[in-house]
Amino acid sequence: MESALVSGLQGLFLGVLSLRPEHVIMIVIGSVLLYLGIKKGYEPLLLVPIGFGAILVNIPLAEMMGKDGFLRFFYDTGVLTEVFPLLIFIGIGAMTDFQPLLENPKIILLGAAGQFGIFLTLLLALAVGFDKLDAVAVAIIGACDGPTAIYVSSKFAPHMLGAVSVAAYSYMSLVPLIQPPIMRVLTTQKERTIVMGAIRQPVSRTTKIVFPIVVTIFASILAPKGAPLIGTVMLGNLMKESGVVDRLKSASENEITNMVTLLLGLCIGATMEADKFLRGQTLLVLALGFIAISLDTVVGVLFGKLMCLLTGGKVNPLIGAAGISAFPMSARVVQVEGQKYNKKSYLLMHAMSANAGGQIGSVIAAAVMLSVLQGMGIVGG
Amino acid sequence: MDSWTFGWTLALIGMTGTMLVLWFLSLLILLLKKIFPYQPEESAAKKG
Repeated sequence: MESALVSGLQGLFLGVLSLRPEHVIMIVIGSVLLYLGIKKGYEPLLLVPIGFGAILVNIPLAEMMGKDGFLRFFYDTGVLTEVFPLLIFIGIGAMTDFQPLLENPKIILLGAAGQFGIFLTLLLALAVGFDKLDAVAVAIIGACDGPTAIYVSSKFAPHMLGAVSVAAYSYMSLVPLIQPPIMRVLTTQKERTIVMGAIRQPVSRTTKIVFPIVVTIFASILAPKGAPLIGTVMLGNLMKESGVVDRLKSASENEITNMVTLLLGLCIGATMEADKFLRGQTLLVLALGFIAISLDTVVGVLFGKLMCLLTGGKVNPLIGAAGISAFPMSARVVQVEGQKYNKKSYLLMHAMSANAGGQIGSVIAAAVMLSVLQGMGIVGG
Repeated sequence: MDSWTFGWTLALIGMTGTMLVLWFLSLLILLLKKIFPYQPEESAAKKG
């Protein structure tokens, strides 16, 4: 009886006895993510489940990511198969209005310039010693697009998924702090005060319906490995614009996106096991992620300056900063900055065009990257 | 293939490719707007 009691008590305290300092550190990190999400409002929809997942997976002996663990099931089913980010893309497409871009299509080029940070960061990541596919996963933080970052990193470097996702979502929420100083340094007072004319190019409903179909066909033919990314975003947008499948559209942007966001967040948190996350490499990922988003802004603004030059001063270079995928946060930042220097300047609609271009641009950049990697024989067909 | 060859190749083709695909999409949008021009009745129908 006595030995049974001792054994029973040992079992009760086994978790406490197995607790190591690294577990405690990760539980604190998970709690910080919860704090940022709940108290500071930084991407709470993602940071709350990520933070909670990070806590759960670092409870000793709970084996949440063990062979039969409850988080392992969702991870294997939704993350390793890349299904979760693709389902979220359908929701994003259903929520996105491409009208500003359709009204002002030349602005889409800013959405391309806003992705250059991805490729420049790739070079930096290789320079500091990441291997090829790990460098690709780090660089994709520059897409400034959470689902794209998750899709690419789960495909090529699943062991880095936690660090890449946390960096991507954290920096996206910090866009209002990261971008303005760069915009100010790279532009002159005169450029910042440029007033851009109103856009008056209405778009027919047929164009809005045909747009996602032709983009899917042409962009997927040009970059076939990115067809799942492009196709899911455009499917969501087609459902929105067609107006005939309101139930599917509504389910995509609400129930499906909400459920998948919850499970995806938990799964990302579940990749933050102490022995995988507490490495010098994680700090490097966070630093390179910050550089990637900064470089996106730098190249976007410089491209805006080029457009300003080519149009004889009709384009305010500040809108180049909105060529990233953080929609519509980045467009709002541009509007606020423009108003600081000229109260008569209303850049919002132009910045929204660039921002919508950035949304397509991030998906296209990832698609191009995947296809080039396949062409180079780095990844299989 | 060494890391630098890989990095520069992916960066150059990636940046050029992204720019070209998006430029092509901008032309496609212009073409769509030509084929399916906006009809003022759409605006009236919306209001009505």
